[in-house]
Amino acid sequence: MAGIPHDQYEPKSNSEKWLHGRLPIVRLLYDTLMIPTPKNLNWMWIWGIVLAFCLVLQIITGIVLAMHYTPHVDMAFASIEHIMRDVNGGHFLRYLHMNGASLFFVAVYAHIFRGLYYGSYKAPREITWIIGMLIYLCMMGTAFMGYVLPWGQMSFWGATVITGLFGAIPLVGEPIQTWLLGGPAVDNATLNRFFSLHYLLPFVIAALVAVHIWAFHTTGNSNPTGVEVRRTSRAEADKDTVSFWPYFVIKDLFALAVILIVFFAVVGFMPNYLGHPDNYIEADPLVTPAHIVPEWYFLPFYAILRAFTADVWVVQATSWITGGIVDAKFFGVMAMFGAIAVMALAPWLDTSSVRSGRYRPMLKWWFALLVLDFFALMWLGAMPAEEPYATFSLIAAAYWFIYFLVILPLLGVIEKPLPRPDTVEEDFAAHYAPKAGGAHTFVKPAE
Amino acid sequence: MLKKQGIAAIAALTLSAGAAFAAGGSGHVEDVNFSFEGPFGTYDQNQLQRGLKVYTEVCAACHGLKYVPIRTLADEGGPHLPEDQVRAYAGQFEIYDPELDDYRAAKVTDHFAASGDPNAPDLSLMAKKRAGFHGPYGTGINQLVRGMGGAEYIYTLLTSYHEPPDCAPEDFTGSYNAAFTAGGFPESCKNEDGSHMVPGSWIGMAQPLWGEDVEFDDGHENSLHHEAKDVAAFLMWTAEPKMMARKFSGLTGVIFLTILAVLLYLTNKRLWAPIKGRHEGDA
Repeated sequence: MAGIPHDQYEPKSNSEKWLHGRLPIVRLLYDTLMIPTPKNLNWMWIWGIVLAFCLVLQIITGIVLAMHYTPHVDMAFASIEHIMRDVNGGHFLRYLHMNGASLFFVAVYAHIFRGLYYGSYKAPREITWIIGMLIYLCMMGTAFMGYVLPWGQMSFWGATVITGLFGAIPLVGEPIQTWLLGGPAVDNATLNRFFSLHYLLPFVIAALVAVHIWAFHTTGNSNPTGVEVRRTSRAEADKDTVSFWPYFVIKDLFALAVILIVFFAVVGFMPNYLGHPDNYIEADPLVTPAHIVPEWYFLPFYAILRAFTADVWVVQATSWITGGIVDAKFFGVMAMFGAIAVMALAPWLDTSSVRSGRYRPMLKWWFALLVLDFFALMWLGAMPAEEPYATFSLIAAAYWFIYFLVILPLLGVIEKPLPRPDTVEEDFAAHYAPKAGGAHTFVKPAE
Repeated sequence: MLKKQGIAAIAALTLSAGAAFAAGGSGHVEDVNFSFEGPFGTYDQNQLQRGLKVYTEVCAACHGLKYVPIRTLADEGGPHLPEDQVRAYAGQFEIYDPELDDYRAAKVTDHFAASGDPNAPDLSLMAKKRAGFHGPYGTGINQLVRGMGGAEYIYTLLTSYHEPPDCAPEDFTGSYNAAFTAGGFPESCKNEDGSHMVPGSWIGMAQPLWGEDVEFDDGHENSLHHEAKDVAAFLMWTAEPKMMARKFSGLTGVIFLTILAVLLYLTNKRLWAPIKGRHEGDA
């Protein structure tokens, strides 16, 4: 592995040598923890730690909750109330788990948009990016199935709507839907398998996270300049990097502590703010809620799903070409999954030779628009499917695709990038000029 | 960039879009200053005891509290009744015991009875399954500022029974309630474009509280507004019995994490000082 040159663990004592000869686990841990990390990483590089924390938090709180939860349609809702009322600390555990999902998604969206702006997905980090997208998909699956478990009205009807999407696939859709649900409709079989999978998927995520870390520890971290760390000699590498421990561990933990202050305030003071009151009504297959709304983190993609209605010309044309096989419903489903697929394909859609958005004067604006677009979609996903929201949704959904399919490929050709620093060291020095020089320039004007 | 993502995080938090369309609709909900609001708000023990009385003497005729164990009436952070009073309270009721296949006197370990009337919803979680405040425009800002408003919704519903408007036929089913939006609505009260001439709708439940329905042991006023407020507070407790413990844990977390964050900030600054070419103590 042609990594960045750095110190390696060497076993010294006899017992260390004994272990190392049989299982070089200490070297693995040492290399992972001491990895040379570009010293110019900014505050957008903290989300990885936050995400790792979220995964651990969710697994630990989840395991305890599972000890008290009953996955049966007649008892699930009551078992949640049992957790909330009778289990020691159960109410807080459940609120941590519930809002932990939201923190997880806040962090993953920040992490993804960080990658999109700084071009972290570009060669040689495509695999890291793809694994990341798989983690994100698993997270969505886990969150969706977890939301079904309390067996409230939104649980039930959300499950009905989302599994219904698979039913929209031509020819094989209905058998797939039945297979997913374990029956013709959302019922006890569905609840049981969702519980089983909700317990399984976090461990799949944990494994993917290990691969994700392995991949970017091979390529080295990206950094805000997009300029690679020099690895031609040890001396040069040392000028560009510092070891992950203690420098970034402490920095990231500080950021995590600040984020957790907000998190604990939400859990302690407004734990139901991000949830839907309807989910405190026990599931009733005979009563459909007035508005079926997914959790906030699904809203952008939910808006894309709903944006392509039967009266949109693209949908009509597709339907006509395919002889009606691809109807509006299936088109919407494809658009929703396609919105994630185009994001996953970013490494190959982006033609620019410059990695970081910092030196791409045109991309900056289009990217800012993409972030705005994401929030617009999030808002539109929660609004009723009527005018003017339908038109806004269509425009916002279209921009999502235009960004990845048109703007990213085109900018690489027409954009004139700004000059970049030659090395990470140079960028770092420009930010943190030695104190002597810096202080004088600030003092003089006042004299 | 950091700023942008900061905004992103805040926006994600405030976009409680789902909650914007909670059941309860768009009827006007009175914003009541309950003692349990805000990060430091606590339940008023006396108010919960009064609310229990209103519930027992009025609501319980039709409604139930099937998720609430009677023993929790003795809980601190709740009505906090003395143990013997809780036992006496439980003893008033007969419940069906499936093991005996017969009725017996309730014990403190039993739950409150479920709704006797199949049309009367269980009230255990009513204050959490209704939201009083919405929007504006699906942003959830009102709930951020004023809270979810479940207790306010209950209070407003109980105090919004009015004379039916003139536009309605005299024999229209239900009682006119200006805060209830999910009920029946006569065609004759709709404008040509389908919009409603009057707020609210017709609710199946006849006006339950009129004022002076119960005599409070503490001699507290028993006007309609006081009774409605007290029972709304009581139902907030039945929905969220651990609220005070939760707020305390949250506050403890916030305080300790703040101290940790400060320590980590100072550690980080000192750690990086040599790397950034600065001396200790410099900014």
